Amino acid sequence: MSITEVLFWFLTALALLSALMVVFSRNPVHSVLWLIAVFFAISGHYIILNAQFLAIVNLIVYAGAIMVLFLFVIMLMNLNAEAEPQKNRWLWWAGTIAGGSLMLVIIAALKDTETKTQMAFVKGGDIGLIQNLGMVLFKDYVLPFEISSVLFLSAMVGAVVIGKKD
Amino acid sequence: MTKLTYLIPLFPLIGFLVNGLGRRMVPKSVAGLIGSASVLASFILSVLVFMEVRVDGFTAQEVKLFSFIKTAGLDIPFAFQIDQLSSLFLLIITGVGFLIHVYSAAYMHEEEPQHYARYFAYLNLFVFSMLLLVLGANYVIMFIGWEGVGLCSYLLIGYWFKNGDYNDAAKKAFVMNRIGDLGFLLAVFWMIGQFGSTSFGVIFPKVDATAPAVLTGITLLLFVGATGKSAQIPLYTWLPDAMAGPTPVSALIHAATMVTAGIYMIARSNIMYTLAPITPTVVAVIGLATALFAATIAIQQNDIKKVLAYSTVSQLGLMFLGLGVGAYTGAVFHVMTHAFFKALLFLGAGSVIHAMHHEQDIRNMGGLKKHLPITHFTFLIGCIAIAGIPPFSGFFSKDEILMGAFAHSPVLYFIGTFSALLTAFYMFRLYAMTFLGQFRGTQEQQLHVHESPAAMTVPLIVLALLAIVAGFVGVPEVFIKDAHWLEKFLAPVFAASTAKQGEHVVSHSTEYALMGGTVLAILVVMVYALKKFGNYSKTAEPATGFARVLENKWYVDEIYDAVISRPLRGFSVFLNNVMERSVIDGVVNGTGKFIQYSSRQFRWLQSGQVGSYILIMVVATVVFFIIQIFGK
Amino acid sequence: MPINYYIFLAVALFSIGVIGVLTRRNAIIVFMCIELMLNAVNLLLVAFSKMHYANAVTFNPGTTTGAEAQLFVFFIMVVAAAEVSVGLAIIVMMYRNIHSVDINFLNRLKH
Repeated sequence: MSITEVLFWFLTALALLSALMVVFSRNPVHSVLWLIAVFFAISGHYIILNAQFLAIVNLIVYAGAIMVLFLFVIMLMNLNAEAEPQKNRWLWWAGTIAGGSLMLVIIAALKDTETKTQMAFVKGGDIGLIQNLGMVLFKDYVLPFEISSVLFLSAMVGAVVIGKKD
Repeated sequence: MTKLTYLIPLFPLIGFLVNGLGRRMVPKSVAGLIGSASVLASFILSVLVFMEVRVDGFTAQEVKLFSFIKTAGLDIPFAFQIDQLSSLFLLIITGVGFLIHVYSAAYMHEEEPQHYARYFAYLNLFVFSMLLLVLGANYVIMFIGWEGVGLCSYLLIGYWFKNGDYNDAAKKAFVMNRIGDLGFLLAVFWMIGQFGSTSFGVIFPKVDATAPAVLTGITLLLFVGATGKSAQIPLYTWLPDAMAGPTPVSALIHAATMVTAGIYMIARSNIMYTLAPITPTVVAVIGLATALFAATIAIQQNDIKKVLAYSTVSQLGLMFLGLGVGAYTGAVFHVMTHAFFKALLFLGAGSVIHAMHHEQDIRNMGGLKKHLPITHFTFLIGCIAIAGIPPFSGFFSKDEILMGAFAHSPVLYFIGTFSALLTAFYMFRLYAMTFLGQFRGTQEQQLHVHESPAAMTVPLIVLALLAIVAGFVGVPEVFIKDAHWLEKFLAPVFAASTAKQGEHVVSHSTEYALMGGTVLAILVVMVYALKKFGNYSKTAEPATGFARVLENKWYVDEIYDAVISRPLRGFSVFLNNVMERSVIDGVVNGTGKFIQYSSRQFRWLQSGQVGSYILIMVVATVVFFIIQIFGK
Repeated sequence: MPINYYIFLAVALFSIGVIGVLTRRNAIIVFMCIELMLNAVNLLLVAFSKMHYANAVTFNPGTTTGAEAQLFVFFIMVVAAAEVSVGLAIIVMMYRNIHSVDINFLNRLKH
């Protein structure tokens, strides 16, 4: 097994484990921390796939900004190890089974496709480099790029309007 | 003339419509006039048709009016068949019908105008239906008439509809007719299946090539219809109860015409009955049994109309005996003579009832000879005719049937003769108790008893004349060679049957002996009855033993009630309580309740909980995936 | 690296996110699980982009075939960021009103 594969499996295990802990932690702060661990694992996967730009952006935006935002809100509400009274055990089981069956069904859907022989190009490939990405972005997709700035503007305005105390 | 045949049933139909729809506007005299005039017009036309038919060499003609039912495999035209048989029946129906219409105009004079008009409307409708029956060129048109006369019988028996018992009698007549009609219908369906048509002209030539079993089935089913309509065993019990209707109705429908529909039908289908192996025997046996059975009941009855009713059943049985032994001409001959003397007897009874102010029990009559001379004389003639005493008509027709029976089997002859003797006995008992001896009614009645008006007595006289002379159209060979005019007249209708039957010749000497012996026996019985009942005095003791059984009609009605009506009613109660309530209502109400229940459960889906909404979304996605992937 | 592995990983992460959304009652945790789902999708998209690149690079070494998918991931992140800001603002509002972040209290849709 090459280093890449070992790394791959390690990151996979880390991601899955952390995701499960996100869902099943009692303390919301712990959930946030586990989610950050998931993001790190996924960024690791991006690096293996040589999507360098995305790896960094993932860390900066997600783990850095979004999760911090979550933590702020949690701290704001003073949510500690909350006692979520599990009134509806049935709903819990239903949810778990539904999600599990979703996974199974999708896996079953894909098992016959010709993906078995396809390979993802790891450890190389220029397209993940910021230079190449930038070229494609500003040449072909500059309009969505500009519009996304408008999107941000509206999101900001919206957040402020909603959050105003008056 | 045959082209204008459609006018014959048309006139009574118009009379029915005018009297029926305008019954509140038409005054009594006009109603009676319209009713009688329409039948008279039909009679005149029937005479004209008859004139054309009696020409030698006349072949049956079919007059098609319009296409009634026409599909790919089946063609049933609305057509009339003019031949010797139908023209003879036309004369009988319209002739006797006209006389009875005139009689009714006086008999029913106590009724209110709209009911009076209703009476004549029904009577005209009846004549129309009966004419359709005998004129029809196929079994379907015959069946239309068949049903029509059944309907009119119901309407007229229940004419005085305010009386619950009369309505029951009407219903009984209709239901028993219906049972017979089922047999008729099944026969028609079988004929359509077998021959592809119901027209006489199509079926009768094909009968030769048909399997005997099929013919037996069809003829037996037709005979079932005849037992209902013509009151034979086992469907005869409606006829005595039908006496609840007005007496002219009893005369017309239940003596002279409707009940002879069965005879007409079998006479028309004679070729089928000749070729079917078992049916003629069945017909003869049932006819004979009915003749005997009804005669035994009649000797113990005390209602003047009931005696005549049972007499009708008995005489019809005799006619069926004639048909069963192949004496088709004899049976039709007896239809004709019976129409005359039975109508005469009924109308005479009506005259008596009218004079005695609606008294019908003969134990309360007597001595009316002085008070009602014309009625008495005509009634006596009717009695002599029905008893079969020569030279009146009953003798010739009855003798022809009995000779035909003898040619088949002497046993039939002797039983038939025995019932003829019973006939003589009860008829003269009736005559004696009504007209002879002391007057046994109340003082009130004695003051008011008087002879009936001319409108009633003239038809009596006409019918009496016919009862005397009608026999001479059918003088048998024993007396005068080649004088049986009726046989020659009807020969074309029965030609195919006669050819197949072969000659059953009874030697002349045997015939003389039998005839003489029978007449002698009848005379003896007549004298005995007159002696026994001539000076009848009311005895208060009720009938005992066998006489009681006879008086109660052998308890047949009670047997029918116990064996058929009660179980059926119990069954319907069961169906109502179990099937209707639990099953059918249960299903219907259950569906409603189920929908309510399920909608209540469905309501829980709209809980407002976002969590459950998302759950359902995920589940649905999973389901779609499954369908998409594994549904190919 | 066979693409299947990435597919299974992404599907597993996605369904864990679904379980979290359906199971948890804290609105913020639910939100975080949505982010988890988005990230699973992102991972898959990047893997597919490298798959297409792998197929194309044998013919044409200078190809940029898979770049679109990575740009798509970039935009998903953009949208996620905007969505988080607005969503958390809503949750804060909700907390201000009913002093709880339990989603079962949000049954106003019933009325």
